[in-house]
Amino acid sequence: MNNEKSIIFTDNSKIVIEALTQAGADVFIGYPITPANLLYHYASKRFSVFMAAPDEITTLQWMAGFSAVGKISVTATSFPGFALMIESINMAYMMELPMVIILVQRLGPATGTATTGAQGDLLLLNGMISGGMSVATFNFSDELDCWNISAKAIEFAVKHRTPVVILTSKEEMMTKKSMDINLLPAILKYEREFYNSDENYISYKPEKNLVPAFLPLGNEKHQVRITASTHNMKGIIQNSTVEAMNNSKRLHFKNFRNIEDYTFYELDEVPGANTIIVSYGITSHSAKEAVINLRNDGKKISHLIAKTLLPVPQKYYEILSNYKTIVVAEENLTGQYQQILFGSKPDTNIISITEFGKMISPAAIIKQVSNYV
Amino acid sequence: MFRKFLEEGELPYCKGCGHSLVANNIDLALQKNNYSLLDLIVVTDIGCHGIIDKSFKTHTIHGLHGRSVALASGISAGINNPKKKVIALVGDGGATIGMQHIIDAAHNNFDITVIVHNNMLYGMTGGQPSEFTPYGFKTTTTPEGMKRAGYDICSMATTAGAKFVSRVIGTTDFSDVLAKAFATKGFSLVEVMEICPSYGVKANPGMKLKNIVEEAGLEIKNFVDKESDSYQAEIRTDLKSLFNDYDKIPVKYKSDINSPVNILISGSAGEGVQSAAEIFAKAAVSSGLNVSKKGNYPVTVGVGFSSSDIIISPNEILFTGTKDPDVIIITSKDGLDYSSSTVKSSSNAIIFCDSSLTLPETNAKVIKFDFRNKVPVKNVSLYALLYYLNYSKIFPLDALLENLKSDKLIAKLDLNKLLDFSLN
Repeated sequence: MNNEKSIIFTDNSKIVIEALTQAGADVFIGYPITPANLLYHYASKRFSVFMAAPDEITTLQWMAGFSAVGKISVTATSFPGFALMIESINMAYMMELPMVIILVQRLGPATGTATTGAQGDLLLLNGMISGGMSVATFNFSDELDCWNISAKAIEFAVKHRTPVVILTSKEEMMTKKSMDINLLPAILKYEREFYNSDENYISYKPEKNLVPAFLPLGNEKHQVRITASTHNMKGIIQNSTVEAMNNSKRLHFKNFRNIEDYTFYELDEVPGANTIIVSYGITSHSAKEAVINLRNDGKKISHLIAKTLLPVPQKYYEILSNYKTIVVAEENLTGQYQQILFGSKPDTNIISITEFGKMISPAAIIKQVSNYV
Repeated sequence: MFRKFLEEGELPYCKGCGHSLVANNIDLALQKNNYSLLDLIVVTDIGCHGIIDKSFKTHTIHGLHGRSVALASGISAGINNPKKKVIALVGDGGATIGMQHIIDAAHNNFDITVIVHNNMLYGMTGGQPSEFTPYGFKTTTTPEGMKRAGYDICSMATTAGAKFVSRVIGTTDFSDVLAKAFATKGFSLVEVMEICPSYGVKANPGMKLKNIVEEAGLEIKNFVDKESDSYQAEIRTDLKSLFNDYDKIPVKYKSDINSPVNILISGSAGEGVQSAAEIFAKAAVSSGLNVSKKGNYPVTVGVGFSSSDIIISPNEILFTGTKDPDVIIITSKDGLDYSSSTVKSSSNAIIFCDSSLTLPETNAKVIKFDFRNKVPVKNVSLYALLYYLNYSKIFPLDALLENLKSDKLIAKLDLNKLLDFSLN
């Protein structure tokens, strides 16, 4: 009997839901869709308010309603549902309503294969907000990330009044693994602050870090105006006045600037390495295994696991600038993060390893990388 | 008229537009019900009706076209306070787009009042017809008149379970009807019939609103007026962590394996593949091993193949995808069909296969056994894993038996049969 460990056998969906609720999420609203079903199931047992919405547009609208009155709302979906949510996520972005949307990727196009994983939706997220902005997007590389980054996603959303996407995939949310839950650090509930001055409340007046103070709709003290249309600081609809344009632009800079403090990554560097593998999400374990094997064969190789994906943290460019060859491994046809990082016609030193319809194996990574180390 | 809830001055509508009258009637009705400004949350969306947003002195929220009712539903459920009044304004265009939300809000009995501004066309985009445009009514894109009838939203909302529904003609004082709707607990809806002065009047010269409504068969009346409770969000406070002591697996056994073993068990849906793999995996955990398990099956979980990849390892498991398995266990024809390409390409694997199946050519070592005839087929996966464990001894059989005994499955199992590995 090992007294120091508490081993359980679990899927990561359970870890994510437990972490979100401990971090302070109040309400889960959802519509069942494979492979997000386990998240929905656990949420129905764990969230203090759980509501089954009739469809995905309603899901996001209800979430926005809860969020507008001061609650922290969460949903989980996959591409077919997410596609229906996009206009409403734009709404929540413009209204500056905090919420977390978990996107569990499966194989597309369209309904594709519900029970096969993928990393095919990242390019959609990049620029998903009309105008070219993106919502803050985090992802996991392992079960510890599922715990820590879920809590951080709640914190980022609430602190910056914005929707946040957690991007994950079928295998990450449904595969079961043994793990020691004693390794999970305590999560402190995020204590949010509401506007509490006697001065008139102005819904979109930026304060610290470009974030306006939040006050719930329906409060007894000040009028609150919230709108998804182009508006001035008071939340009054305007066409394209300078004030209104500055407000819309602020939404981008708010995320872009504040993501710096929420740039999560793992950097495993070897002195003298000229080549670095970049991975994220489900491909990270495979890349880790490939790196171990390559090093066992005497190869010098470094590894960057990106956990904050969007807006692209500038720190990644700083790291990658030290390498001659950059290999980006991801489970989609076209090399989506590679395109986001380096454009659609990258330099010859940018190598893309992709796979469509199945996980990238360590062997596939080793085979490609061996050409450069 | 004295305004309390609306700003003074001109409202932002064309001359003769019924929307101004609706706004003033809302103000009057709210005064009749003695609300204070911050008791009110006015939810609007896209369309001419929505630009009233800036004229309200209450809380306001302005969202997407057709979604005000869904947004109001979330606000009402979230605020969960009967003192607060949530009013959703929507046009006939928005109600067309978001019909599901209206039906759903009535069905759930959310505590909101919906006011449908039905001017029978899309006024903001140039006067095109909506699903509410009545038979014969002309619009800019249907100059010959509509060839079908419009929705009767009042009947639909009533059928969906609304507690108060009324249709009024927007040419008079209808504040008493609105006041009644606002005072209703639960879902209420008032449809205000209007004609758009910019497009409706021009396309249908000389037609009177009252006559259009009458000819369309849209009755002016209260459709339903019921006492009821409204939707209350259930707020649970006694919830426990998803990690409980029951889930903790004590390590009581020991395994001697020194490298990972990749196992693929492939069978048919309904034959316990996933549950057997789970029990096997937990037994490996209780033997001090690291374990991963992933299931593969079609979306129709009750038919076709069902397979599970199990990795057990003395070391940390990283990649959990399908590698060349070390062990392949095939218990049915479905399972063989799913795994046959793996069987063909496996040279180092050991394959345990039901005697009834014909394997494709393979260099792997094959052990055939009459799994399907020895136990009921619903237990065949468990039996095959027990057989494999007894054969390989990669961890103690007792570990699996102990996990099996703590599983609810045990009541339905004949352990003697499951542990009989004799050839007869």
